[in-house]
Amino acid sequence: MNEAVTEAVLETSGLTKRFSGFTAVDNVSLSVKAGSIHALIGPNGAGKTTCFNLLTKFLQPSAGKITYRGDDITHLKPADVARRGMVRSFQISAVFGHMTALENVRIALQRERGASFDFWRSDRRLQRFNDRARALLEDVGLGPFADTMAAELSYGRKRALEIATTLALDPPLLLLDEPTAGMTEQDVARIVDLIKRLRQGRTILMVEHNLSVVAGLSDRITVLTRGRVLAEGNYETVSRDPAVITAYLGSDHA
Amino acid sequence: MFGFSRAQLISLVILIAVVIAAPFFVYPIVAMQVMCYALFALGTNLLMGSVGLLSLGQAAYFGLGGYTAGYLVQSLGLTPEIGIVAGGLAGGLLGAVFGWLAIRRQDIYFAMITLALAQIVYFGAVQLTGFTGGENGIQGIPRSALFGLFPLANDHAIYALVAVVFLIGVVFVHRVIHSPFGQVVRAVRDNEPRMVSLGYRPASYKRIMFILAAVLAGIAGGLKAMVMGIQTLSDVGIATSGLVVLMVLLGGIGTIFGPIVGALIVIAMQYYLAPFGAWVIVIQGGIFVICVLVFRRGIVGELAYRLKSPL
Ligand SMILES: Nc1ncnc2c1ncn2[C@@H]1O[C@H](COP(=O)(O)OP(=O)(O)O)[C@@H](O)[C@H]1O
Ligand SMILES: [Mg+2]
Repeated sequence: MNEAVTEAVLETSGLTKRFSGFTAVDNVSLSVKAGSIHALIGPNGAGKTTCFNLLTKFLQPSAGKITYRGDDITHLKPADVARRGMVRSFQISAVFGHMTALENVRIALQRERGASFDFWRSDRRLQRFNDRARALLEDVGLGPFADTMAAELSYGRKRALEIATTLALDPPLLLLDEPTAGMTEQDVARIVDLIKRLRQGRTILMVEHNLSVVAGLSDRITVLTRGRVLAEGNYETVSRDPAVITAYLGSDHA
Repeated sequence: MFGFSRAQLISLVILIAVVIAAPFFVYPIVAMQVMCYALFALGTNLLMGSVGLLSLGQAAYFGLGGYTAGYLVQSLGLTPEIGIVAGGLAGGLLGAVFGWLAIRRQDIYFAMITLALAQIVYFGAVQLTGFTGGENGIQGIPRSALFGLFPLANDHAIYALVAVVFLIGVVFVHRVIHSPFGQVVRAVRDNEPRMVSLGYRPASYKRIMFILAAVLAGIAGGLKAMVMGIQTLSDVGIATSGLVVLMVLLGGIGTIFGPIVGALIVIAMQYYLAPFGAWVIVIQGGIFVICVLVFRRGIVGELAYRLKSPL
């Protein structure tokens, strides 16, 4: 990657989050380059999910600044961040359990295409989104499950459905929180494949625990421990860093 | 048809048959009252069942609808359809303001805010005697001719009007639930943070539902004022707010036909238990407790569960 010339899509400076005295995210400065896959790794409790919550405005930072495409978004509302094209997935799978897989994807298509407020129309109007929704389900290997209730899908498939729903918005900046957590190896391979295909024309920031996934995918890795940035660089640099080996692998294998 | 499931279509046919036959078997006045309260409960269920918000102040919109219709028809001599439509609009406007204030709160705080706001309306109704008649209410609202053409003085004539408005209300509520908007509301209910992460602003959808519920309450209140010929403080009081919640719970929260069955049972009890005087409330309370213990889903909810089909 020609990192020197590509500019940052998402930047933070001094990002900090304190929960009643406990600092979960401590003075984190990140710079996510356009078109890159950037991984955020670190042991459990390092503050990765909290970081995501701050970036997507689900939490308000105690200090620091967030810039997205040059705009200060520190005080935006979460729905507005999503509307600007920064869309996240959740660590705990977030699907609409009482709706079919197809309806799950359609709900994401519905808002952008202006069919979410009409209460006087029949919901058969939503069928015009079916083709696009089915194509997205095919993409994540859920083609045969279009009419299955989301709650009845296996864990791995729920994760896949969540990604398909996120992709329905075609977000230029995709934030994935442990997309492969709890998946079988086969599912992981499919998601890794998908992420490789997805990177065309977009930037991906992902939290990941599975090191082999990160190694094969990411251009840049930020290692977080106890809310602080411990190291940053490509896989080779980071994986050889002695501090990373003790902090990350140490506690992970404890 | 119209997106109704098979079981719902059968229920709708039964409902229409019952509505047509009822005035020949029971006092038309009672049947009309049931339909007015059923319409009120249908709206309340949009909030309770679809959004999952318990409002303890729905009587504010019901009462305002009644006062508006009563005032326009009695004092200004306007025709009943204008009164009823104005009742719905007044309810909707009040709902827009109160919804804007209440929707930011969750759960019990939401219930408390709606209750407090409704109490303000109640005290307003006591004070604004020029509009509401205060303690006396509005008495002797004339049943003037519909559109100035069709006399409503006869019970069967006004019955036809109430039946038509009520059945349109049933179809309307079904449509709202099965609309693109209804789909969004269902998804918000299912997983609100996920909807936010997809760029939705859930509060907007809840507010619209709040307004729709208030409009239906206002129309129901206006219709009831026309039917009864009087409009009193009790329609805007907390007991009425409680009554409509009871109807929804008894019939089956989140079902189409539940609120109707709930309204039928509650109003029928009030009539047939009237000889017991003050005991009515105790008996009603007892029945409510038993229902909650035996059918937690409500009567229609339980039936739908057994039939494995939405009703
Ligand atoms: N809402 C919260 N209130 C208090 N503490 C929290 C909250 N959210 C997260 N934390 C704490 O912040 C730390 C970081 O959590 P998290 O960001 O979920 O870590 P990770 O995703 O890296 O595993 C943990 O110690 C967690 O207990
Ligand atoms: Mg996490």
